[in-house]
Amino acid sequence: MIPVFLLVIPLVSGLAAFFFKDGKTVRAWALFSSLITLTASLLGLTVIKDPSYLQFHADWISSINTSFSVRLDGMGQILCLLTAVSFPLVFISTWNSIYKKPNNFFALMLLMQVGLMGVFVAMDALLFYFFWELALIPAYFLCSQWGGERRIPVTFKFFIYTFTGSILMLVAIIYIYLQTPGHSFDITAFYNSAANGRAESWLFWLMFIAFAIKMPIWPLHTWQPDTYEQSPTAVTMILSGVMVKMGVLGMVRWLMPVLHISFYQWGDTVTTLAVTGMLYASLIAIQQDDLKRLVAYSSIAHIGLMCASLFAETQSGMQGVMIQMFNHGINIIGLWIVIELIERQFGTRKISQLGGLAQRSPAMAILLVVVALANIGLPLTNGFIGEFLMFNGIFASTVTKYYIVFTVLAGITIILAAVYTLNMIRKVFYGETNSLTTEGYSLRFNETAALAVIVVLVFVIGLYPKLFLDLSKETSEFILQKADVRTILGK
Amino acid sequence: MNALLLTAVFGVIMMFSSFLLQSKTAIRGLAITGLTIVVIANILEMSGMVFFKIDTKGMLGFDRFALLFNTIVFISTLIYFLLSARDMEKVGINYSEYFSLIFFVLCGVTLASSFRSLLMLFLGIEIISIPLYILTGSDKRNLKSNEASLKYFLLGAFSTGLMLMGIALIYGATGTFSTVVEVKEPPTSALFLSGMLLLMFSMAFKVSAAPFHFWTPDVYDGAPTVFTSFMATVVKVGAFIAFIRLFNDEFGNLQSQWQLLIALITAITLFIGNITAVFQQSVKRMLAYSSISQAGFIMLSIYAMNQDAKEGLLLYTAAYCLATIGIFAVLIKLKDYSFDGFNAFAKQQPLLAAVTTIFLLSLAGIPLTAGFISKFYMLKAAAATGRYLWLVIFAVLMAVVSVYYYFRVIQAMYFKDGEGQVVEVTSAFKLTLVLLAGLIILLGIFPNLIINWLYF
Repeated sequence: MIPVFLLVIPLVSGLAAFFFKDGKTVRAWALFSSLITLTASLLGLTVIKDPSYLQFHADWISSINTSFSVRLDGMGQILCLLTAVSFPLVFISTWNSIYKKPNNFFALMLLMQVGLMGVFVAMDALLFYFFWELALIPAYFLCSQWGGERRIPVTFKFFIYTFTGSILMLVAIIYIYLQTPGHSFDITAFYNSAANGRAESWLFWLMFIAFAIKMPIWPLHTWQPDTYEQSPTAVTMILSGVMVKMGVLGMVRWLMPVLHISFYQWGDTVTTLAVTGMLYASLIAIQQDDLKRLVAYSSIAHIGLMCASLFAETQSGMQGVMIQMFNHGINIIGLWIVIELIERQFGTRKISQLGGLAQRSPAMAILLVVVALANIGLPLTNGFIGEFLMFNGIFASTVTKYYIVFTVLAGITIILAAVYTLNMIRKVFYGETNSLTTEGYSLRFNETAALAVIVVLVFVIGLYPKLFLDLSKETSEFILQKADVRTILGK
Repeated sequence: MNALLLTAVFGVIMMFSSFLLQSKTAIRGLAITGLTIVVIANILEMSGMVFFKIDTKGMLGFDRFALLFNTIVFISTLIYFLLSARDMEKVGINYSEYFSLIFFVLCGVTLASSFRSLLMLFLGIEIISIPLYILTGSDKRNLKSNEASLKYFLLGAFSTGLMLMGIALIYGATGTFSTVVEVKEPPTSALFLSGMLLLMFSMAFKVSAAPFHFWTPDVYDGAPTVFTSFMATVVKVGAFIAFIRLFNDEFGNLQSQWQLLIALITAITLFIGNITAVFQQSVKRMLAYSSISQAGFIMLSIYAMNQDAKEGLLLYTAAYCLATIGIFAVLIKLKDYSFDGFNAFAKQQPLLAAVTTIFLLSLAGIPLTAGFISKFYMLKAAAATGRYLWLVIFAVLMAVVSVYYYFRVIQAMYFKDGEGQVVEVTSAFKLTLVLLAGLIILLGIFPNLIINWLYF
């Protein structure tokens, strides 16, 4: 029942929000709804242990064997928690933003939450595709209506790019479905499909392209920096914090165990693409003057590491990916919060025009530095847990000959990440104040609250990640067992 | 059988109604009542109640598939009447004759969906086409309308000539007009294959598949918009049902002969329809080209010719007709048909803009709408044949292209500034559109509502 609640609560409140007239009321309504969703997610995580409450099954179109089948496994719990935590954080931190037609804005945000939750809990391939696309439509309208100057062509490019990927994935889903015993879309049937083997490499590539566009993986990343720059900050927070995880989840749940031979076969190629993307994005991030684009490129680098770690197919790597999905989500939301308040106060996002913010606003500086260090993966922060596990996974990989190369190159990107992040902190927060920044800035209560929550999470997960390790253990074991090619090739 | 006779009778009634009824409202009411009676009679026939028992000597066969298809078409036409019948008044002075012609077209569709003999196929296609030549040219003072009507008539007559030649050749090869009689060995003589090819080309003309589509944009553009709406939907799917029926019954055994050719026609249709629609400046012409590209998708069902394809055809009929009728209903109310004419439409008419968005999303194939689930069935049917993977991937890539021009309208409505066009619409109109949009979403989530009727 819990997954159904996670879908129904934002759906009902989102549809209701269209009819609100007053901006303040609908804002409170959206926050209230997202907090109820958070409660439901926490209940599913802590109190309710009976697995029958964590799933739901109903017939949908039985003639083609597709059903409304949703379940919260370990990875799903982590990601639903991420979504449930992100939305209140986003609403709280952007509390003071004024939108035209706020009822439409908040309604679309809540409807986007439905799509995101649905992707994370769907256990039926057609349902998964449904929610995958449904998350996209509100994002299209949100970015096109409330975004920056170049929003219309940029969002259109984002939409068409992503839509191409997803519709190619639909073709792959149909072909895999046709090869399942008994023609079913259910995920257990997909695990047993006959669509495996070297002849079916193109199926792997069709699905991989869809996920690679979403994450994004170089060279399919060109939509991302522009879209993050042009979309309204609340939407950017959700796009980068939650939506990219749809791609990672797709790879873990729908690609790795289903097409495991092709997954193994193309591992080196994909890891090369991912590592190239990491280096490329990090180098470009160092050159960036615009804060938003810097964070966008750094996000490509982080996601590239997750992708490389997935293809290493080790327990440590898989768990690292699942934990890092949560960590990256909240860290990047923290970064966006700080960028948003910098932009609102000083009117610019350009690093060259800022400086010495810490002199006047030491509180903001502390919070930002903590979040930025979490992004680099400093020990004591949550980023370290995820990154260490992932590096351990890549290094211990038994499926590739190049594990040392990949580990070393990925390690270089950590250094590069430190370069651009600390550079950014130094130039923006320390150093001389200029005419623009002599005023200083005092944080408002809502921003402090949101950042404080994030900082607390950063340290708590950094010091005591047991909850996430437990949640991810069973799922990663299960997926790795399904993806094990030795049993097939070794025979 | 009920519908066949009732539509013909109502066609005649509507012809004479203008002598007896003076007010336009009464004529419209009579037409809507008549069509409702036809719908009910058809649904009753699906449950087994046949009012008229006429022995057609095996030339007509009203199986479940045909009856369900007819129901979908009649309901679409009913919605079309409810939305656009008032706009037909502005076309010319012969108001009741327009309804009469439309009833005759529906009679032709009934014939075309249930023929068991090539003669009935010919009759059905002709009865569909001839009233349409008249309807296209009904705006007598407009030169474009006259040109469109003449083009349609000449090219349509030519393609009917091809069809007759094909029928004659097939008769020569098999000795019978019947499409369902078992022939001892499936003849693959040159006579038979030429007849098959000629029939394929003439049917492709009627459904505006490339490279036989050249008449479509000019005819759709020149005809009065209210009749373009009818042509692009009901007539096109009526021709498609004849197409699939013909190839299933008569040429079903020879799939290896014609499948590649149909696949090529499908691919070219998708390509030409989508790529040219991208460059259009007028929404009406864009919708004409988009109807060509939608026809390409429907052709996938003929290419596949399996059970999924038939279910997909029914769903696609419903989704495509409902969405296109809806969009045209809104388009008719506007004066400026260009894309810029839709600028800031959402500010002027938020409800109309919202339902138009739903119709456009359905045509583009976004999940939650009937358009997506019907495209999905088509892709599934095409994939299940196990051959020509390139066609499936090409079809989806062309679907992505179609997103571009459908979304151009959405972008103009919501994100561009300007003075939105003022339209006068009644609240009944708005209510019907909202119900239509709701039906599209309902079908998008529960396509079983239609598919189940095929079997139960």
